[in-house]
Amino acid sequence: MTDALWYFARGSGVVSLVLLTVVVALGIGARSGRTAFGLPRFAVNLLHRNAALLAVVFLAGHVVSLLFDPYAQLRVFDLVLPFAGNYRPVWQGLGTLAFDLLLAIVITSLLRKRLGARVWRIVHWLAYLCWPVALLHGLGTGSDNGTVWLWTISALCTLLVVAAVGWRLAPSFSRFPERARRHINPRLLPAPTPALTQPGTPSQPGTPPQPGTPPQPGTPPPAHFGARASAQPGSYEEVR
Amino acid sequence: MSHAETTRIGRGQEPASRRLHVDWTACDGRGLCAELLPELLTEDDWGFPVARGDMTVPPALEPAARQAVDRCPALALRLVSERPAPASS
Repeated sequence: MTDALWYFARGSGVVSLVLLTVVVALGIGARSGRTAFGLPRFAVNLLHRNAALLAVVFLAGHVVSLLFDPYAQLRVFDLVLPFAGNYRPVWQGLGTLAFDLLLAIVITSLLRKRLGARVWRIVHWLAYLCWPVALLHGLGTGSDNGTVWLWTISALCTLLVVAAVGWRLAPSFSRFPERARRHINPRLLPAPTPALTQPGTPSQPGTPPQPGTPPQPGTPPPAHFGARASAQPGSYEEVR
Repeated sequence: MSHAETTRIGRGQEPASRRLHVDWTACDGRGLCAELLPELLTEDDWGFPVARGDMTVPPALEPAARQAVDRCPALALRLVSERPAPASS
């Protein structure tokens, strides 16, 4: 029984690494806008999401089986706190770090609509850190770290991701390479506070301007005065 | 279709018409929506979605529209329900 836990932990770790490799490659390919890997774009998107969730399932199996494994001797806080373990703390800590990063990526993806696209995308870039850390963890710890088959799998995974990154950086990656970058008119950016734009205002740096305060005599009204007056609520409401 | 919606239609009331709305400042032209909703959207020469009609979503296409909204990488597609226009205007 104790051997079963150890074997399951090793197997599920390798499976989740392979799945994460596929997820990273699909995620890079989905950025292209072309029909990558011979799939429609929505299929790349859905496969990326579903493979990632499946990788989380295998990773949960990997972590839980190691928690109950008498050989690994993990404590509960070893699952989230990296580099604190007793056995090969650095290599095991890399796995913990990758686990934490993956949790952050998955949770922000599930809450993407509430967080907004910008926060979600910034956290999602952590995948480029998460995947190499997970790969190193697999190479450095466990009882398979010197075997030919694990090195072969790791090399193939690395090859796939390096090829995807190379394709990402190639000029032929984008579907519309000549599409102009979007420029935003500075007037449409969020307006700075009047205290910063008006050097002559007597307001102190520590006191923010009150919304209801009338303009001081002698100071012209801010340039964006009345810019928000046109913001009327629309005649529609969003469907949840 | 949900139970509440069927009863509402059964009472003879007009169901709220759903409409697709593209936030053009957020849209990146990734093209997923035109793939998932070819009945309502097509692509222009630059990969951005173009409405085939007036973007009103028929009830039969609502699940597909919801999936297109859910899959938009830029969160630029929304499903809005139009209130009936005031009679004076």
